[in-house]
Amino acid sequence: MIPGPFSYHRPSSVADAVKLLVSLGDEARPLAGGHSLIPMMKLRLATPEHLVDLHGIAGIKGVRRDGSTIVIGAMTTQHDLLASEMISKSLPILHETALVIADPQVRYRGTVGGNVANGDPGNDMPALMMTLGASYTLQGPGGTRSVVARDFYQGAYFTSLEPGEILTAIVIPAPASGHGYAYEKLKRKVGDYATAAAAVVLTMSGGKVATCAIGLTNLSETPLLAEEAAKIVIGTGLDEATLKKAAAAAEEIMSPAADGRGPIEYRKSVGGIMVMRALKRAAARAG
Amino acid sequence: MAKTHITMKVNGAEVEGLVEPRTLLVHFIRENLQLTGTHIGCETTHCGACTIDIDGMSVKSCTMFAVQAQGCEIMTIEGVANADGTLSALQEGFRMMHGLQCGFCTPGMILRAQRLLQENASPSEEEIRMGISGNICRCTGYQNIVKAIQYAAAKINGTEFKEAAE
Repeated sequence: MIPGPFSYHRPSSVADAVKLLVSLGDEARPLAGGHSLIPMMKLRLATPEHLVDLHGIAGIKGVRRDGSTIVIGAMTTQHDLLASEMISKSLPILHETALVIADPQVRYRGTVGGNVANGDPGNDMPALMMTLGASYTLQGPGGTRSVVARDFYQGAYFTSLEPGEILTAIVIPAPASGHGYAYEKLKRKVGDYATAAAAVVLTMSGGKVATCAIGLTNLSETPLLAEEAAKIVIGTGLDEATLKKAAAAAEEIMSPAADGRGPIEYRKSVGGIMVMRALKRAAARAG
Repeated sequence: MAKTHITMKVNGAEVEGLVEPRTLLVHFIRENLQLTGTHIGCETTHCGACTIDIDGMSVKSCTMFAVQAQGCEIMTIEGVANADGTLSALQEGFRMMHGLQCGFCTPGMILRAQRLLQENASPSEEEIRMGISGNICRCTGYQNIVKAIQYAAAKINGTEFKEAAE
């Protein structure tokens, strides 16, 4: 399987990459880790005439603390996340999630920026970023802007990115210390996309849920924020009846496709189970 | 399509070639460099048979363009043996523990396991299984591959290799 022909560009700055994307137009694609794009090119489902490889750009890789936020450069790989002490300490849910993405080799190349920017509903990081209240830094011909993850996803592979724009960083407000978290992903095998997955970040106070956000992966055309389900659990001690009610509320907003991972009813049902499991595990971890 | 001149270090030797941008790294390694130990299994980033080591990372060489490896340092299965030609600890482990049957997945398994042991000198059985979860073997059921890696880890660490009871 050989991709269609293309010209290869390797700019050394974001400004140059943006210039290239603008001047080359619709037939140019930015190339990050390439582990979504290259397989699509081999199948000729994608035939860009120009690839703008972002690997030559310094300064858009790595994790740093900026006040009360954690900033992840777009070209930071899943492997980098797993190796980052700051992530393990301040955003352990990212560590937990990165571990269930693809396989070790893919994680050395696959980038967080590519994962969130591609708009693939099967990717795990987008729902997580919505749950964490993250925002994306987009750099384009008109300058730099910030879009919150919760507004970024519009449809399958359809996002707020405008032509010529590159997602350069992810800015995540550091969750409260002592927060509970869990990413529950049901998949058929290592390397598979989720049959259903749920992300939970919560805080507990006096045995009751004080704050809670719930995200859902691969259960619709876009990642979902299960706001009603989160509302239901706030103020409760997460008893069985509440968990079931929250799962039902989450299932209400799911609209998964029937595919090799199962029929619609099954995927919604296990989606609800992922929500319950993630809530329980997150609460058990909260300090 | 115009060809691009690339240079890189493969198994300690400087190499060069002319490639189209669309040439996959695995094709460059097998066809231009004639290093056919790196195998092409699925070509879809699933099986891991084409795994090589690039600048300290295990990479599926079917999912990277050769032009992207410009200036990189690469190791393939041909570069794994000790300098004096004797088998490396991992190669010996695969031999002693019968870690292969048809052998097709072996180059990828060994390159991946080598990087795993460099990052984690004493992995648990579970860490080994997760560590090679991007490599598919359709013969062994993985049992003896895991033992081969445990054997190599023990040999490198100078500890005694104990086969777990089955």
